[in-house]
Amino acid sequence: MSNQAKIGNVLCESLINATNNDKNIFAITSDSRGSASLAPFVEKFPDQIIEMGIAEQNSVTVASGLAHSGKRPFVFSPAAFLTMRSIEQVKVDVTYSNSNVKLIGISGGNSYSVLGATHHSLQDLAITRALPNLQVYMPADQHQARSLMAYLATSDHPAYVRIGKVALPDVYQTDDAAFDSPGKANLIKDYGNDAALISAGETLNATLEAAQNLHEQNINVKVIDLVSIKPIDSATLNVIADQVDNIITVEEHSKIGGLGSAVSEVLAPRGDTKINIIGFPDEPVIAGSQADVFKYYNMDANGIANAVKKQVEGR
Amino acid sequence: MDTKSLELKAAEMRLATWKMIYQAKTGHTGSDLSCADILVALYHQVLKQTPETFSDPDRDRYIQSKGHAVEILYNVLADRGYFPKSDLVSYSQFNSPYIGHPTNHINGIEMNTGSLGHGLGLSVGIALAGKINHRDYHVYTLMGDGEQAEGSVWEAAMAAGNYHLDNLTAIIDHNRLQISGPTTQVMNSEPLAEKYVAFGFDVVEINGNNMSELVETLSSPNPTKKPRLILADTIKGRGISFAEGKANWHHKVPTEDEFNQGVNELELTIGGLKNE
Repeated sequence: MSNQAKIGNVLCESLINATNNDKNIFAITSDSRGSASLAPFVEKFPDQIIEMGIAEQNSVTVASGLAHSGKRPFVFSPAAFLTMRSIEQVKVDVTYSNSNVKLIGISGGNSYSVLGATHHSLQDLAITRALPNLQVYMPADQHQARSLMAYLATSDHPAYVRIGKVALPDVYQTDDAAFDSPGKANLIKDYGNDAALISAGETLNATLEAAQNLHEQNINVKVIDLVSIKPIDSATLNVIADQVDNIITVEEHSKIGGLGSAVSEVLAPRGDTKINIIGFPDEPVIAGSQADVFKYYNMDANGIANAVKKQVEGR
Repeated sequence: MDTKSLELKAAEMRLATWKMIYQAKTGHTGSDLSCADILVALYHQVLKQTPETFSDPDRDRYIQSKGHAVEILYNVLADRGYFPKSDLVSYSQFNSPYIGHPTNHINGIEMNTGSLGHGLGLSVGIALAGKINHRDYHVYTLMGDGEQAEGSVWEAAMAAGNYHLDNLTAIIDHNRLQISGPTTQVMNSEPLAEKYVAFGFDVVEINGNNMSELVETLSSPNPTKKPRLILADTIKGRGISFAEGKANWHHKVPTEDEFNQGVNELELTIGGLKNE
């Protein structure tokens, strides 16, 4: 098995596997089958894909109608449109009506980079996790994506999954190790108790690299993969907070309302943990490749490591 | 039921709704009265659905897109036995499931609505599933004419036409009034018939407060291979003289005097229908 994969391709393979077992599964697209890497699915199951045209709102509403009739729709659309243009449909038709709709936000975060803010989804976690009855996930590698999809294909619960565009290196060795269940985080590196770094999705690799670099400088941290942004693993977060005084969260999202906020909401009542949120500032995002933009905002491995050092050393 | 019995039923539902709104001091009075005949025709004569078959996969579906007219829906459902009429005493009270817009916590209500512009899209999904599953149920949805300003209505209409959903009937309660005034003045969505024809619908225009026209049209087969749009010409506030055709009765609660006068008028109507 290759040691890196595009998550979109993995979701497509997983959807094919799930559809082999359950013909109630449907892919709903908004002229997005190409961007969503669904070509193999379309080839194998041409009758299991429903094209809604460039109409993200209606895609979500129609999916809800399908779910009401026993189907298991997976709506694939760019995360920016799926979670902003369609958010009222997500709120009313999916979460409020408790419809079994899976929302797959493709090319999330800053994936579309120089296409500009219209195509960025840097507020999607804030808005989706505030909706009652919606699970929110960010898979970090192919193993996790596969395992998560296996769960989603049989779950009756509404969920939003945000993925990116580029190939991601493996974090896990097996599918089983990557995703346990909703609301279960993974401690994936444990060098020591100087700090804990918490991330999910595409920033997990830079976070791991930062932890490795820090270890070489004798700063020993833990790395937690949150994966399930909601429900959140409060138990694991509290165990970690028992062991460390410093927590640094890393996310491809605005600093407002995302993963760092979610972690803070759990740990703030303790009053014993210093939390620093690394993410996009509350300002228009600079143009550039995703890698350059991450570096600019100190969200690459070097930037993360520097932030950790500063916090641990009390500077 | 014959036409006269259905008309009597509609008048009784108007009276029950009028009383419920007065008691709770909230409700979309004019909107309820406008579509009372449509709901009675659907639930007593058209929908292949009963309280006993509400979870049957072959049942006809009804989605009330203009969710604010929920008080008349509650009364029609209670009268048909979906839940006890006594439940409606709690309408709009603390912790009651009978709130001001439909939710699927209530037996007989398929999906949650209230935010306008959702019902047609939900119905498209249900109709598509019917085609995929080779089930011959029919989906009905009721929209308002003010609601036609919602862009999502037209996304859904485009999809319904695109997929030739002849198992879908959309009804517009065309009373020409919305909360701020005449629909043609607030945001002119006319000509609605021509627009829906252009979106691939078979359009039928009827008097939406005429029971025989409603039953005949809603019951007639649709051989067109197109979704059907029934433009139901109605009168907002229908059945109570001083509320008819008045935009301010959209969600007005009657005063005591108005309440009593309305009760008298509806009881006279009911008495007249019983004596015919």
